[in-house]
Amino acid sequence: MSLFSRFLNRRRRYDDISVSIQEHFDERVDELMDGGMPRHEAEQAAHREFGNVTLLRERSREVWQWQRIESLLADLKHVFRRLWRSPGFAITVVLTLAIGIGANTAVFSVLNSVLLRPLPYPKSEQLVSLHLNAPGAPGLGDFRNELRLSASMYLTFSRHNQVFQSVGVWAPGTASITGLAKPEQVNTAQISGGVLETLNIPALCGHWLTTADQDAHGLGRVMLSYEYWRQRFGGDPRAIGRVITVDSQSRMIAGVMPRGFKIVNYKFDLLIPLALDPTNERLAGFAYRGIARLRPGIDIAQANSDVARLLNLWMNSWTNGPGSDPHWYLRWKIAPAIAPLKETVVGGVQSVLWIVMGTIAVVMLIACTNVANLLLVRADARQQELAVRSALGAGRWRIARELLLESITLGLLGGAVGVAVAYAGLRLLTTIGPGDLPRLSEISLDGRSLAFTIVLSVLSGLFFGAIPAMRYIPARQRLMGLGAMRTASVSRERQRGRSLLVIAQIAMALVLLVCAGLMIRTFLAMRSVDPGFSNPASLQVMRLSFPETTVRDSTTVVRMQNSILNKLAAIPGVSSTGFAAAVPMSGTEPSWDMILVEGQSFEGGNPPMRLYNYISPGYFRTAGTPLIAGRDFTWPEIYSVRRIGIISANLARELWGSPSAAIGRHFREFPGSPWYEVVGVAQDVRENGVDQVSPATVYWPPLMGDPSVPANLGAWRTVYFTLRSSRAGSQAFVNEIQQAVWSVDANLAVANITTMQDIVSDSMARTSFTLIMLGIAGTMALALGILGIYGVISYAVSQRRREMGIRMALGANKDVLIWMFVRSALALACIGTVIGLGASAVLVRLMRAIVFGISPLDPITFSAVPIALMAGAALASFLPARRTAAIDPVEALRAE
Amino acid sequence: MAKNPDHRDLFPGALEIMILQSLRLKPMHGYALVKHIKQVSDNLLQVEEGSLYPALQRMLKEGWLEAESGISAKGRPTRVYRLTDQGFRHLEGEVASFEKMFTGFTRVLAAAKA
Repeated sequence: MSLFSRFLNRRRRYDDISVSIQEHFDERVDELMDGGMPRHEAEQAAHREFGNVTLLRERSREVWQWQRIESLLADLKHVFRRLWRSPGFAITVVLTLAIGIGANTAVFSVLNSVLLRPLPYPKSEQLVSLHLNAPGAPGLGDFRNELRLSASMYLTFSRHNQVFQSVGVWAPGTASITGLAKPEQVNTAQISGGVLETLNIPALCGHWLTTADQDAHGLGRVMLSYEYWRQRFGGDPRAIGRVITVDSQSRMIAGVMPRGFKIVNYKFDLLIPLALDPTNERLAGFAYRGIARLRPGIDIAQANSDVARLLNLWMNSWTNGPGSDPHWYLRWKIAPAIAPLKETVVGGVQSVLWIVMGTIAVVMLIACTNVANLLLVRADARQQELAVRSALGAGRWRIARELLLESITLGLLGGAVGVAVAYAGLRLLTTIGPGDLPRLSEISLDGRSLAFTIVLSVLSGLFFGAIPAMRYIPARQRLMGLGAMRTASVSRERQRGRSLLVIAQIAMALVLLVCAGLMIRTFLAMRSVDPGFSNPASLQVMRLSFPETTVRDSTTVVRMQNSILNKLAAIPGVSSTGFAAAVPMSGTEPSWDMILVEGQSFEGGNPPMRLYNYISPGYFRTAGTPLIAGRDFTWPEIYSVRRIGIISANLARELWGSPSAAIGRHFREFPGSPWYEVVGVAQDVRENGVDQVSPATVYWPPLMGDPSVPANLGAWRTVYFTLRSSRAGSQAFVNEIQQAVWSVDANLAVANITTMQDIVSDSMARTSFTLIMLGIAGTMALALGILGIYGVISYAVSQRRREMGIRMALGANKDVLIWMFVRSALALACIGTVIGLGASAVLVRLMRAIVFGISPLDPITFSAVPIALMAGAALASFLPARRTAAIDPVEALRAE
Repeated sequence: MAKNPDHRDLFPGALEIMILQSLRLKPMHGYALVKHIKQVSDNLLQVEEGSLYPALQRMLKEGWLEAESGISAKGRPTRVYRLTDQGFRHLEGEVASFEKMFTGFTRVLAAAKA
């Protein structure tokens, strides 16, 4: 019977009962009146006979009610009444659980939103990223675990593949927008055809970019992100069709993408067509990230084998120019490693999130053991009552049910408060979470998180409730011991249960503290690394672009850059200035390429890839990167296009044995190109983060080429200006910088104004996030573990008052008695520590990916944590044990 | 079930049997049932309203009775209870077991007298 019809049926029964009783009553009144009684007396008499009519009705109705639920409700009422009577206990337990459950729900929500939920694209399981491995490309594989796609690869893949519905490539970039308000630099995504088709999110208004927009000879339209559209056009639909100036070129707005739309992980302002020229592309130029949508029924293995086939086709159909060998790339051993797009989006944060989830779950376990301990003490106090009830015929299941009901109620109460904690925790998490945490904007408490909370609440209730329930479901013979309980000192058996819980707590707390300790050591190790530049807080950084459409001539670009440097240097408080094509840890890498060295040949004629950077005179001094040998560039050398270069110390050692030996040596870009002379050797710089190896780097002058043909000179057009000043970061300083830049050219857009300190913090965000989370978890674990010891020893002391009184009366030394309790606590802590150390040694393997500069079995962490924990245990037991000293033997014995 | 010390408590199941037996004659409403039992027992047995209605509901739930809308002798709307086949079978079984019990009971009393 469905619940509804059952309910209807019940209503009918209730009506029947009321009608019957009413008629019965009326008829009885009639009968009495027939006997000669006046009406009101007859009614009174009938009422007396019927007794309480409401009660009668209720008792009749009860037959139709759901008895189990009703009796459960009665039990529940009982549970609440008992909790109400001991508010201290109830609040302690509910708060402990609320924090535990709340923290777990918050972390689970992040995990769920980032790792478990599908990407916000239709049929997102079909989406893949086109990773290529190139283990044979030396130098590259050390710093990047993938080879990007070249334009010719994309053209081959999109024309000839048999596995994709659509395929596209894209690259992040920047562009200057002029003519709207003040000039500004925006983040762009250059996309080929197929990118929007692959992600398949329709435009919010207007249209997607079309094939016509991808024409290399036309000037394609652009699309706006929702956010940029709101910000610059106030969300006006008439923006579609308007013309804006992007890098000095007029482009029409084709459409707006919906809110929150991202290309994979990348938040852009503007989508610009890549507009590849199929007749002019070469093999090389590995600059693009590829994405594709698999055809239904095609799996990754099939896609990989098809792309492997296409790579051969690619080498057969393109060239790097006359005389070059297209099959040269066979040495790179390029192989497809297509992966679900979600893996690319989630990236390395997966291990961090699982570690944080694991540690928070352990905190929950510790909280549960603490609560179980409290419940044991409570059940202990109720043991007589339970034994009496059992003797009076209460079934074991009936009593167990009541105990479990109490713990599950506590669990659910904790869960309810926990949701509020989780909500607050989630806001905190998203603020302190690493800035590069993928899908940050998608994080929310959803149905799955709430389901998780409920399951966790009930399970934890069952867990910490089962321990006392199992121990205190009274066996009949317990009753016989009833009388003895009053005088017994302490039951070994009962104490053992609590001791086991404490050991478990100590062991778990130790594991967490070891993890937290490793993170602290990692953080310190990262802090102590010399990043290759000094005092990042006083290094102001900003990015400027000089598009070809605004400044045609390369020499003019460099002259403008030079005069901006001069203006910036004139700002009060600036001690030095310089610019570079990329500053460390900014995520920008100008280029990777090889160099040929005079008098040296590489195995197989295949020299390793080096990082290229382009720097102005004064950049090293500004950044605080010391020159180990040789000297800096000078401006006259730049303008006369002298062929000179600076190399990193590790490159100098690799090629010539020592930095000083490198000075005066020669290298070049490719066979037949002019030789460059090494004039300086700079200290190694941690370009990709303090925990990453310093790449071998070549620093080129900002103006290069053949000075006899000025039109062929090349300048680096997007550069980071750096200023060394104690005023770095202040708003007034930033304003002065803006003015200085605009005094050179009012159309220049300053972007990414920040201090080096922020860049460094961002690059360490994931580590500091893990550190904070593990720190919080470790602190909670320590506090709960210490509290557990404290509770057990206090209880033991209170239970053994009588025994202590006798001992003292017989002349025992107080210190000896205190030591007796401390010793028992230390014994528990010792066992817990040994177990915890064993567990940690196994579990820290999981942290291998996130520790840096230390071994996961770091001896300092592994010795400091147990010592601290033992000290805590000693203190936690000493405090309650000292109370034995206050016991007056006469008092203790008089209680008898 | 008796408020009055003259009336003894009935043994468990007795009330149900009396109700079933009464309804076997004809369907009745609550008041009529009370009246009927009082009459046929010559005022020896008095069914209390407080027990009658919960008992009726229990029996409805067991499926021994059915309730339908009806009109009392005085013309008021009420519910009339009717014996079902299942209730009839139950009654047969209970009566048989009661009779056996009474026989035994009577014999024990007789033996004690002798």
